[in-house]
Amino acid sequence: MKCFSKTSLIRKTSRIAPVFLAIFVCSLGFGQTPAGQTASGQTVAGQAPGESKIGDLTGHASSGKALFRRYCISCHGVHGDGRGESAPHLDPKPRDFTRATFKCRSTPSGSLPTDTDLFETITRGIFNSNMPSWRPLTRQQRADLIAFVKTFSARFQEEKPGAPISIPPETPTSAESVQRGAQLFQDMNCWSCHGKEGRGNGPSAATLTDSKNNPIQPFDFTTGTHVKCGEGGSAMFRDLMTGLDGTPMPSFSDALKPDQAWDLVHFIEALPAADKKGIVLTKAEPKAE
Amino acid sequence: MRKQFISILFGGIFVGAVALSALVAVRSVHAGSPASPASSGELKGTVKVKGTVPKPMHIDMSQDPKCGSGGATEEILADGSGSLANVVVYVSAGLPADAKYDPPKDPVVLEQKGCTYRPHVVALRTNQELKVLNSDSTTHNIHPSPNNNRELNQSQPPGVPFSTTFAREEISIPVKCNIHPWMRSYFAVFKHPFFAVTGKDGTFDIGNLPAGSYTITAWQEKLGTSVQKITVGESETKTLDFVFKAE
Repeated sequence: MKCFSKTSLIRKTSRIAPVFLAIFVCSLGFGQTPAGQTASGQTVAGQAPGESKIGDLTGHASSGKALFRRYCISCHGVHGDGRGESAPHLDPKPRDFTRATFKCRSTPSGSLPTDTDLFETITRGIFNSNMPSWRPLTRQQRADLIAFVKTFSARFQEEKPGAPISIPPETPTSAESVQRGAQLFQDMNCWSCHGKEGRGNGPSAATLTDSKNNPIQPFDFTTGTHVKCGEGGSAMFRDLMTGLDGTPMPSFSDALKPDQAWDLVHFIEALPAADKKGIVLTKAEPKAE
Repeated sequence: MRKQFISILFGGIFVGAVALSALVAVRSVHAGSPASPASSGELKGTVKVKGTVPKPMHIDMSQDPKCGSGGATEEILADGSGSLANVVVYVSAGLPADAKYDPPKDPVVLEQKGCTYRPHVVALRTNQELKVLNSDSTTHNIHPSPNNNRELNQSQPPGVPFSTTFAREEISIPVKCNIHPWMRSYFAVFKHPFFAVTGKDGTFDIGNLPAGSYTITAWQEKLGTSVQKITVGESETKTLDFVFKAE
């Protein structure tokens, strides 16, 4: 891959003997850099620039560009910086692809999402935002769009997506699990933003901004379990562990053991019907120590 | 046919030259090494502020009783004589373009104590370990918002240390704890070792500076930047003072 990018450069400058030159250069030893590694030693995604890989599907940026111009620029802008014509009217604001910071990932905080993460995001849409589901487009078209979206940031050339976090089997839902989750909701300071009853009205809620300093609201768990990046227990487990980059929601991957994360999910799942089920939301007020 | 052969031949020579220059380029990156302390110079000085500086305000931390009795804002920290603390002073131009400096092995430590960052401004090197400690009995989230580095947002319960690095130079990265919205720090990340953060007396000291002409920048989170040029000779100690104007 390295080999071909260099040859294309040479081809542009010298404008001679195209095919032979490519073979010649490769045999000269440019190919000595191990496949998938840059000169600085960083590993790249192991795919050609301008491509996306979703399972056995390969997307091409060259095809994605036209689709992007047709379906995406009104919000995300022609430069992919989230400053399209409609952007001033939208809340939350459209993603700025030049930063390569994405909310919905299976990968650790700060790392790039996988192509499949991005594919699932445009397929699913982002709940509670203006980003619709693009399921009406074919899978190939969505894959092409992902390939093109990745061209807005050099990070996709320089870095590899993080290793996806593992989601272990869900522990049994029980009153005890919900109570342990309630305690964690307090100890982890979830209530600071999401509120003691999970209504998104915690003491810090009004101060929250996204990474571009636009005001942003914490999720109101009493409205259900359809969160920004999916629906149900495993989506919430994943979001807890990865965090939603670009928002105030942190990753709890270092803070919670898998069993604890499931307890917290069970508590959050119980919040919409907390009154009916007689769940005690918080055992005690936080004490000064 | 003959024409094509010639073009391939020239193509080959060209490629050979490119390959050679690429090799040379790679080598020279490693050639740059820190100055030998024997002949290097030193840059010292004081950073002051003129004008009326807003007094630190009390921070009400009652929303989280585990934070303690509250604190004071640190946006502009000056003593009676106007000496400014927490100003980052650094070489912003004049170093050899191909110089490369290996990051120190020791980590830089940021502590969260009393729901306040200690120190308020952290200067470190690219790829140097930043160790974040939580000495409080409450959970924090450490959330830097860089423009040129990757964003990171990690929840940190009491007592669990957390480490990270920044790959690219950036001055400065605002850092928040969203749980405790008054908490604010700044990370200044440098690819070279020629920087300092002023202490409470407003002084700074940049040592081991190779002889040369430099642009020196002082950065303060509210007052902005101030730039001066200076030439430092071999084994010479130069003094450079900065004065910021408060509104």
